[in-house]
Amino acid sequence: MDRIVFLTVDGLSRGAVYAAMALALVLIWRGARIVNFAQGAMAVAAAYAGHSVTAATGSFWLGFLAALAAGLALGWLVERLVMRHVGHDRPLNAVIVALGLVLLITAVLGIVYGNEFRPAPPAFDRTAGFAGLSPYDIFVFLSVAVTVGALAVLFTRTKAGLRLRASAFAPEVSRLLGVNVGGMLLLGWVLAAGVGALAGMLIIPTEFGLHPNAMDRSFVVAFTAAVVGGLDSPLGAVIGGLAVGLVLSFVGGYLGDQVTPLAIIVLLLAVLLIRPDGLFAARAARRI
Amino acid sequence: MKRYLWTIGFGVALFGLTCLLPSFQNYQLATVAAYLCATAGLTVLTGQCGQLSLGHGALMATGAYTVALMQSAFENLPLSLVAGVLVTVLAGAVIGVAAARLRGPYLAGVTLAVAVVVPGIATMFHDVLGGDQGLTFYLAPPPFGYDFPFERWQAWIALTAALLTMLLLGNLAASRYGRAFRAVRDDEIAAQLSGIHVARTQVLAFVVSAAGAGLGGGVLAVLALSVSPGAFSLTLSLFLVMAIVVGGLGSLAGAVWGAFLLVALPDLTARVTEVVPLSPALAQRLEGNLPLAVFGITLVVVMLAAPGGIQGLISSALTAKRGR
Repeated sequence: MDRIVFLTVDGLSRGAVYAAMALALVLIWRGARIVNFAQGAMAVAAAYAGHSVTAATGSFWLGFLAALAAGLALGWLVERLVMRHVGHDRPLNAVIVALGLVLLITAVLGIVYGNEFRPAPPAFDRTAGFAGLSPYDIFVFLSVAVTVGALAVLFTRTKAGLRLRASAFAPEVSRLLGVNVGGMLLLGWVLAAGVGALAGMLIIPTEFGLHPNAMDRSFVVAFTAAVVGGLDSPLGAVIGGLAVGLVLSFVGGYLGDQVTPLAIIVLLLAVLLIRPDGLFAARAARRI
Repeated sequence: MKRYLWTIGFGVALFGLTCLLPSFQNYQLATVAAYLCATAGLTVLTGQCGQLSLGHGALMATGAYTVALMQSAFENLPLSLVAGVLVTVLAGAVIGVAAARLRGPYLAGVTLAVAVVVPGIATMFHDVLGGDQGLTFYLAPPPFGYDFPFERWQAWIALTAALLTMLLLGNLAASRYGRAFRAVRDDEIAAQLSGIHVARTQVLAFVVSAAGAGLGGGVLAVLALSVSPGAFSLTLSLFLVMAIVVGGLGSLAGAVWGAFLLVALPDLTARVTEVVPLSPALAQRLEGNLPLAVFGITLVVVMLAAPGGIQGLISSALTAKRGR
C-alpha cells in the first residue's frame, strides 16, 4: 500500500513538471506551428545561469529567480534572432534549426561550465511526510499550479490573451484587425521559455544534477506528454503530463528503472498510432 | 553505365590515394567513408523522401553492435557486415512502418525518442552488450602480409563499403523508386493520385536508409575495433542531420560534403585550439565542445541563409555560369 502511495505521489510530482514542459511546447506550437526541440537545452542553460547566481550570492532563491529571468530572456533571443527568420516552405526547417540550437547551447554550456555533473540541491526536503508528500513535492505542485493558473487567466481573461489566441488561430485576419501578430509570437516564445526554465529548475534537483544534457530525456517525456494530450490543447498537455508521469513512475517502480526508457517509446508510439491528434484535441478535417 | 565507370574511376583514385597518405590520414579517410554510408542513406530518406529521422545514430549503433557480436563469434568480416546491415534493416523496417503514419514534428519526436533511449539498452542487457564499457573485438590482419599498414587495410574496407553504398543509392535515386520518393516528398496526395502507394514508399525509403546507417555503423566499429554506447549518443544523430543539411539535402554529392565535414571540422577546431595558448582546463573543455558549437552555428546559419547547403551553392553557381 505504502508503495502504491509513494509511486502515485512521485509520479504526480514528476508529472506536474512534465505537464509544465508540455504546456510550454503547446504554447509555441499553437502560436507558431513549431515544436521547440531546443526547449530542454534552453531550460538547462537557464538552470546553469541560476546556478551561477546562487554560487555568487549564496542565495538559492535569487538564483531561482535569475534562472526564470534567464529563461524569459533566452526565449526572447531565440525568437528574435533565429526562429523569426526560418523559412516556412518545409515544416522540417524549424525542427532542424532547433536541433542546431540544441548543439550550440549544449556546446557553449560544456565550454563554460564543463561536462561533469554539478550538484543541484533541492530547495526543500525530499523525504516523504504526511500522505507520502514531501515538502519538495508540495513546492512542485504549488509552483506548477500557480503557473498553469496564471497562464489560464492570461489567456482567457485578459486582452493580451485574446490577442494571443487570435493571432494563433487566424494570423492574417488578426493582422488586418490591428493585432501585432509578430509581437504576440514573441510573447508566446518568451512565456514558453519561462515555463520551460521553471520546469528545468524543478526537475533537475530530482535527477543526477546539472549537466549540459540533463534535460534530454525529460524533453522526450514532455514531448510524449504533449502528444498524449494533443499538441493543440493546453488542458490536454497538463493532463497528459500527469498521466505520463504516473505511468512512468509505476513502470519504473514495478518493472525496474531500466525499463522506463522503453516505456516512453512504447507509450509515444501507441498514442501516435492509435490517436495521432492526441486524446483531447478536437478532430480536424484532413488538411490538404 | 556512366555511373559504374565513375564509381570504378573514383575507386581506383581513392585506393591509389591510400597508398600515398600517412596512416593517420588514411584513418580519417576511412572515417569519412564510414560516415558517408550513413549520411548517404539519411539523405535518401530526408532529402529525397521528405522524412526527418533523428534516430539514425541509434541505427548506426545497431549495425555496430551486430558487427561486434558477429566478429566475436565468427571472425568473418564480410559475414559480420552483412549481418549488421540485415539486423539494422529489420530495426529500420519496424521504425519505418510506424514512421510512415507520422508527419513532420511527430516523426521527429518519435525518432528523437529512439535516439535518446537506445544507448540505454546497452546497459539494460549488460551481460551481452557490455554496458557502458561496450565491446571490443578482433579483426584479422590484412591478407597482404604483415608490413601492409593496418590503417590502409581499414581504409580499403571503409572505401569499398562507401563506394558500394553510393553506387546502389545512385542507381536507386535514378530508378522509378527514386521518382516515387521525390513525388511523395513534394505532394503526398498528388503522388497517391498517380498510383504511388505512399506508405509503402516511405517504409522502403526508411529501410534503405537504415541499411546505409547499419553499414556505416558497422564500418565505424571495424575502424575503432570496439563499440560503446557513448559513441552513439543523441549528438551523433544530430551530427548526421547537420551533415546532410549543410552538405545539401537530397543530393548524394551533398552527403559526401557532409561526411567530409563531420571529420574535417573537429580536426580543424583541434588545430586552432592547439595554436592558441590556453589553460589546460579550458583546452580540455574546448576539445569536445568546440566542434559541437561550430556544428550548431553552421547548421543554424546554413538553414537561415543557404537552405540548399554546400551542394546547393555549387549547383546554383554552375547554372549561373552556364546561363551567362
